Amino acid sequence: MDNIFINIAGWIRDFIAGFGLSEGLVYLAMVLVKFVAVLVFVLLNVVFLVYMERRVAGFFQERLGPNRVGPQGIFQLVMDILKLLSKEDIVPAGADKLVYKTAAYVIFVPTMLVYMVIPFGKGMNVIDLNMGLFYILAVSSLTTLIIFMAGWGSRNKYSLIGGMRAVAQMVSYEIPFVFSFLGVIMLTGSLKLSTIVEAQQDVWFIVLQPIAFIIFLIAGNAEINRGPFDLPEGEQELVAGYHTEYTAGRFAMFYMAEYANLLAMAAIGTTVFLGGWHGPWLPGWLWFFIKMYILVFGQMWVRWTFPRIRIDHMMHFNWKVLLPISLANILVTGIGIKAYEMLRTMGWW
Amino acid sequence: MMPTIVFGVLSVIIIGFALAMVLSKNLVHSAIFMAATFVGVAGIYLTLSAGFLAAVQILIYVGAISILMVFGVMLTRRGDISASNLFNKRIISGVVVSAALFIILGRLILTSEWFPSSFSVPESTVGPIADLMMNAYVIPFETAALILLAAMVGAIILAKGARRTR
Repeated sequence: MDNIFINIAGWIRDFIAGFGLSEGLVYLAMVLVKFVAVLVFVLLNVVFLVYMERRVAGFFQERLGPNRVGPQGIFQLVMDILKLLSKEDIVPAGADKLVYKTAAYVIFVPTMLVYMVIPFGKGMNVIDLNMGLFYILAVSSLTTLIIFMAGWGSRNKYSLIGGMRAVAQMVSYEIPFVFSFLGVIMLTGSLKLSTIVEAQQDVWFIVLQPIAFIIFLIAGNAEINRGPFDLPEGEQELVAGYHTEYTAGRFAMFYMAEYANLLAMAAIGTTVFLGGWHGPWLPGWLWFFIKMYILVFGQMWVRWTFPRIRIDHMMHFNWKVLLPISLANILVTGIGIKAYEMLRTMGWW
Repeated sequence: MMPTIVFGVLSVIIIGFALAMVLSKNLVHSAIFMAATFVGVAGIYLTLSAGFLAAVQILIYVGAISILMVFGVMLTRRGDISASNLFNKRIISGVVVSAALFIILGRLILTSEWFPSSFSVPESTVGPIADLMMNAYVIPFETAALILLAAMVGAIILAKGARRTR
């Protein structure tokens, strides 16, 4: 059970190798196969996540949410996407057309690049990079640029303010977001995600780095622009922020990218803090999936419980609260590691 | 063979986007083309087995482009952004300077002797870089940090001082 997906990948590999291709070509073909598998996985989850969010929101607001299409309304989003794709695709006359269109095409790219290194189970990642965690931080920073492109290209006051806010917020919160991982990196001495998960065999890093985990949750929530940090799309003041002018299929891209980002954030948190595939009895990939969805539910809980934060409070909170705490966490972790090593050499541990 | 093809493709991408950046009259378009150029440069680093440097290139340079765009938009005093990055009329001096630079650089590249290193690339480049930064070159590293801090404090004082004169 534990190796079911690895065995499937092995069969596909043997099948492709049966055509007599060279070693490099087989490797390339396998990367492509795995990429498609991850893409299908992400899209299916996005479909479910939108449904889940609406039901969870309904639960928190004491109403039902979508419950008509299919059993318990599970096919609601399929219908929504079909509806969106069949609608008229409007490009505003005054829009900066190149920027406006490009933003919608590439909004999914950074998210998919993040999924390329996530270990969904033991040995279940597309590419196991040596600097996987750093790679994730690098490619996820591209989202800022794309969101600003969307806000700018629309040529709409509200969109532009939304894009400006997105830049201010995402660039600021990226700093505590990066720093929250540093404690874990210091403990493992590696940026490789599989090594980080292996190191959590006995004790998960949420136990050793609880403050870093909380910083990760807050800053991660701000990085993916979800409530209470959804200022770039704050409805009461900006209509829908940077994607106000997008319609039909292009709007669907932004909508789905938001949920793919949510899932990516949960996957990163599971890998780095919640022990990845480690867990008793059940197969590793199922543990990963369960932990990921616990984090997703936590994010939804936060979104539908807290009111939207004010923009100056948001900046103040980041620079004067989160950043000093994350720096102090790094310092304490360093001292702790040194003290532990000293105690070990003296034989007291 | 394969590295040469990849290098050629990347060079075309980099030079194409760099030209687009220079020739575009719209400041925001220029910034986006610049981001694409930097992504191409990161690709060159990858072909040289410098994965860490490629990731830094993406994180710092491409990530900071959005900031550059915001500043570009805020500091542009023209009403029409589509004419915010204009050409000037000094064609002759421009041609002379760029031709001289091209000749000098080309001559240096062609005449210098190249020493291919016999070292093999380590398995992970992150550890050795950290070792160099934190051990052998810790003083230049910290000095750079201090200079950046001073620049930041200076920028904050400049921004605050403008507000005091109201």
